[in-house]
Amino acid sequence: MAKDDLIGGSIWEEYSQKVSDKMNNPTNRGEIREEEAEAMGAKLVVADFGAESCGDAVRLYWAVEKGTDIIKKSKFKSFGCGTAIASSDMMAELCIGKTVDEAVKITNIDVEHALRDTPDVPAVPPQKMHCSVMAYDVIKKAAAIYKGVDMEAFEVDDMVCECARVTLSTLKEVIKLNDLKTIEEITDYTKAGGFCKSCIKPGGHEARKYYLVDILKDTRAEMEQEKVKESIATSDFASMSSVRKFREVEKVVDEHIRSFLMADGGNVDILDLKDNPSSTDIYVQYLGACSGCGSSTQTLAAMENILREKLDPSINVLSV
Amino acid sequence: MQRIYLDNNATTMVDPKVAELMSRFQTQEFGNPNSIHFFGSETHPFLRTGMNQLYSGINASDDDDIIVTGCATESNNTVLKAIYFDLIRTGQKKEIITSQVEHPSVAHTCKFLESIGVKVTYLPVNSIGIVEPQELKNHINDETALVSIMWANNETGMIFPVKEYVDICKERGVLFHTDAVQAIGKIGVDLQNVPVDILTFSAHKFHGPKGIGGLYIRKGLSLTPLLHGGEQMGGKRSGTLNVAGIVGMGLAMELAVNALEYENSRVKELRNKLEDALLTIEDVLVLGDREHRTPNTILISVKGVEGESMLWDLSKNGIGASTGSACASEELEASPIMSAIGAGNELAHTGIRISLSRFTTEEEINYVIEEFPKAVERLRSISSTYAYSPSGKK
Repeated sequence: MAKDDLIGGSIWEEYSQKVSDKMNNPTNRGEIREEEAEAMGAKLVVADFGAESCGDAVRLYWAVEKGTDIIKKSKFKSFGCGTAIASSDMMAELCIGKTVDEAVKITNIDVEHALRDTPDVPAVPPQKMHCSVMAYDVIKKAAAIYKGVDMEAFEVDDMVCECARVTLSTLKEVIKLNDLKTIEEITDYTKAGGFCKSCIKPGGHEARKYYLVDILKDTRAEMEQEKVKESIATSDFASMSSVRKFREVEKVVDEHIRSFLMADGGNVDILDLKDNPSSTDIYVQYLGACSGCGSSTQTLAAMENILREKLDPSINVLSV
Repeated sequence: MQRIYLDNNATTMVDPKVAELMSRFQTQEFGNPNSIHFFGSETHPFLRTGMNQLYSGINASDDDDIIVTGCATESNNTVLKAIYFDLIRTGQKKEIITSQVEHPSVAHTCKFLESIGVKVTYLPVNSIGIVEPQELKNHINDETALVSIMWANNETGMIFPVKEYVDICKERGVLFHTDAVQAIGKIGVDLQNVPVDILTFSAHKFHGPKGIGGLYIRKGLSLTPLLHGGEQMGGKRSGTLNVAGIVGMGLAMELAVNALEYENSRVKELRNKLEDALLTIEDVLVLGDREHRTPNTILISVKGVEGESMLWDLSKNGIGASTGSACASEELEASPIMSAIGAGNELAHTGIRISLSRFTTEEEINYVIEEFPKAVERLRSISSTYAYSPSGKK
C-alpha cells in the first residue's frame, strides 16, 4: 500500500483544475428555448437521462441545424455531484460544432480526457468515472430523439463496464487468453471494475445487466469444459484421464497381445493403472498357462514394448 | 477566507484548555506510569484525576470499569469480539442483535463475526431513523448474547430510547451495549439512571484529543481483552498508558458535561435559529423533530441539489459540513441511515448534515444563513430536476 492510501484522501483532492473550474462555473449550463432554436433555423432537442432518486440526472439541449445536422448550440442542466456537473458541462461543449452522427461517437472516456490538466493524470478519482458515463448516455438519448429511433440503436449491446468501456466479448477473450482467475486480475488487464465498481457484483452503485463475478465464473466453467472436450478429442496418451488410459491399454492388449497368449493356453488380466507425473504403471496378472511360465519375464517385456510403441514410451508393465 | 466548522459530529476542535493541559505530559511529566521510579509515579495523581473525571462524567460507580482504549472503534471491537469469545464460541449463546444504522465500527465488526458463523440480527429503523423498542422486543430471545444499539445517531442526531432498550434487556437477562459516541457532551448520559452494561465513547467527539476513547463496563462483568500484552489497565487492555490522552480526555469530559446546559440552551438556540432560517428556503426538509435530536445537529435535504455539490459550494465559501450522500463517499454507497430512511424521499442523495458545537458563534451562524441560500440558488439554477424560479423564498 502506498502512503497516500494509508492516510486516506479526500476525493476532491483528486479532481483536476478543469473539473473544479467547470464545477465553479459551468459555462454551458442553461436551456435553449424553442423560439431561440427556431431563430437559428435549428431543431430543438431536449433529452433527459437518469433520475434524482438514482443520484444523477442530466438534461441536454441541442439546437441542431436543419439540413446539415450540425449541433449549433448545446446546453445542459444536471442534478449531481461536482464531477457530474463538470462532465456534463464538458460533454455539452464537445458537442458544439459536431454533426449528430459525430456527437454520438463521443464517449465518457473522451469527456474525462478533455477534463484532464495533463494528458496522463486522470481528471477524477476512479469511483467518479461513473459520472462521465451519464454525459455519454444523454448524447445517445438526444441523438435517438433527433433521428426518431430507439436509443438502443447507438448502444453497444454487450457493454459490461461503462466507465472503462469494456464489452462482454472482450472480457471473455482476455480471461481465456491470459487464464485470469480473479476479479483483481480482470481489472488489471482490462480496467473493467476499476472505477465505480458497479459492474463487479450486484448491490453496487447501480444495477447492471452483466457482472464480472458471473462472467468470470461462467468463463472459467467454459474453459473447464473446453479442457474436458480437448482431452476427449486428444489421441495423446499422456494427456488422457486414467479411465481413458485404462481403456486404451485394454484395447491394445486385446488387439495385439491377448491372442498370442491364448494360443499358448494362457491369458492376462489388467488389474490397475497408476498415473505418475512422468510415467504410467500398468499392473497385470498372468492367468492360465502363463502363470508360473518360465518365459513370463520376456512376455512382460514384449507386452511393455508393444504398449510403449502403440501408446506411450513412458509405460511400465509390472506383474503382480 | 472564513473557517466555519459545522461538522462537529465528525470530530471537534480540542478545547484549548485541554490542549494546554496535555502538553506538559509530552515534555515534562512524560514518564511511563509503569516505571518504578519517580518519573512513573509522578504521573499517577494526574491519571487518577483524569479517571475520576471520566467516571463522574457518565455517573459510573467506583467499582465499575472504564477501560481507556485507542478509539471508539477499538471499544466497539472489544465488546463484540469479547462477546463472541466469552458467550458464543463457548456455546452458551448464539446471537448478537444490533441495528441497521450503527457506525461502521459496529456494523463491519458484526459482518466479520457473521463471516465466522455468528448469527447477527440487524433491527430496522422507523421513518425518522430510530429503532422502535417493539422491534427489539420482537427479536430478543434466550439465545441472544448481546444487544448493541447506539445512543444517538451520527448522521441524523436522532436520540434513541436507550432506557427502554435497557429495560427490555434487563427483563430478558441479556447484556446491553450502547455506542454513546454521539451522545456524550450533547445530552446527559447518566448510567445510574440508564443502567446500560457496556458503553463506548470517544474523546475527539467532545473536544478532547483524537486517538483515545473509552469503554465502560458494569461491575461484575468481565470481557476478554482485545489487546494482550503488558497487563496495563488491570490486564483488561494492554498498551502503555496514554498519559496525555487520559488526562486530556478526563478534562474534556468534565468540561463537556459542565457545558451540557449551555449545549442544550445556547447551542440549541443557534441550531434552531439556523434551522428556522434554512426552512424558509423553498422545498427543503429537515429530518426529525427537535426534541428527539441532539441539540447541535440538523440533517437537511435541499430538493434538486445533490449533497456533494452542496458541500462543494459551502466549502468554497469557508463552511465545512457533511453529507451521507453516496456520491461523496469513497465507495459510492449511501450511508446506512440514508439508505434506511432515504428510500422514497430525496434524503439519500441530498442530505446535508450541519453539526454545531459550543464553540460555534452567532456570527458564524449568521454568515451561514446568508451563504447557504446562495449556494442553493446557484446549484438549483444548474439542476435538471428542480423547476427553478429565482425567487428562492417561500
